[in-house]
Amino acid sequence: MSKFAKKPKPLPAVSTASLPDIVFMLLFFFMVTTVLREQDLLVEQKIPQATQLQKLQNKTLISYIFIGKPKNTGLYGSEPRIQANDVLIGTPDIVQWVNQERDLLPEADRGLITISMKVDKDVKMGPVSDVQTELRNADARRVLYASSTKVPN
Amino acid sequence: MYQNYLKLLDKMAKNKNRMSNEINAGSMADIAFLLLIFFLVTTTIASDKGILNILPPKQDPNVPPPDIKVNERNIFAILINANNDLLVEGEYRRTTDDLDKDIKEFILNFGDPDEEAVALFNSLPASLKSQALRRPESSDHPGEAVVSIKTDRGTSYELYLEVFDAAKKAYFEIYAERVGLTADEYRALTGDDEASKALQDRGKEGIPMAISIAEPNKIGGN
Repeated sequence: MSKFAKKPKPLPAVSTASLPDIVFMLLFFFMVTTVLREQDLLVEQKIPQATQLQKLQNKTLISYIFIGKPKNTGLYGSEPRIQANDVLIGTPDIVQWVNQERDLLPEADRGLITISMKVDKDVKMGPVSDVQTELRNADARRVLYASSTKVPN
Repeated sequence: MYQNYLKLLDKMAKNKNRMSNEINAGSMADIAFLLLIFFLVTTTIASDKGILNILPPKQDPNVPPPDIKVNERNIFAILINANNDLLVEGEYRRTTDDLDKDIKEFILNFGDPDEEAVALFNSLPASLKSQALRRPESSDHPGEAVVSIKTDRGTSYELYLEVFDAAKKAYFEIYAERVGLTADEYRALTGDDEASKALQDRGKEGIPMAISIAEPNKIGGN
């Protein structure tokens, strides 16, 4: 019985010396993964949700096009507009923009350019299909409908 | 007096030296936390996730569109109007629930398979074989089956994406089941290395992802 009747030893205090290390580790993780937004969004962006998402490996091949209602409705009106880089462009300018983006890529990858279409939920199919027609004209036929993961209910 | 003062200064300097031998690192964690919280708040983890779609090539206005004859039964027609109502194979629907299951059934119908399709059918795992309903009014075989999505200009993009998502889901589930993966695992295949490329190709072989997106009608939009 004496074996079990030992007096409980007082627990030594948990060392917090490694706390800064853990915190630094987290800090570095977030510092590395952070992408500071390099462009101001001029249009509203509420990205729709979907389930069948695919991730693209090569981020350099992706160019972004934003479609949505302008934030500054006084200046740009309330109809959905297209933003490429940091300006609003009209539909006919898309071909030129795609060609500019394509020229930035190495020659071997030019055929693989992918346009990530970040379209606001409230946009109708009309503008989206106009953009797609222009992308076909520019022969940039790989399109990624940017969407976030839907949690199945 | 002056010497006294010097002595005092000397003492102070010495004291200072002894003090600075060890910097108190206790506040390090606080500083790190502060930075951590800053980055936590400002981080938007870049998400290049989305649904990939390959648009058809540009049509030459001088060349008339090729006259392709596809039997009605080989087309799974999904119409979405400007009021966001769905018409799936002539039937009105309120939601996109179970649309993926219907599309999957349609693709795997094997109503009237030719020789090649019979070979394809025999190569499928039993779980997929059992889903072949062989209905005469549905698709002949997966090589012929086309899922067609047609919208109006006034259709909401969100609903269009939902329908497109359902069609993609049906195909990915078939591909994944064929190679014995879950749909999530199959979609995560990169095709970078030999093994994953082989898996990808084995899933797709003979079952092309035929999702046709028609030019929208000029209704309800601008």
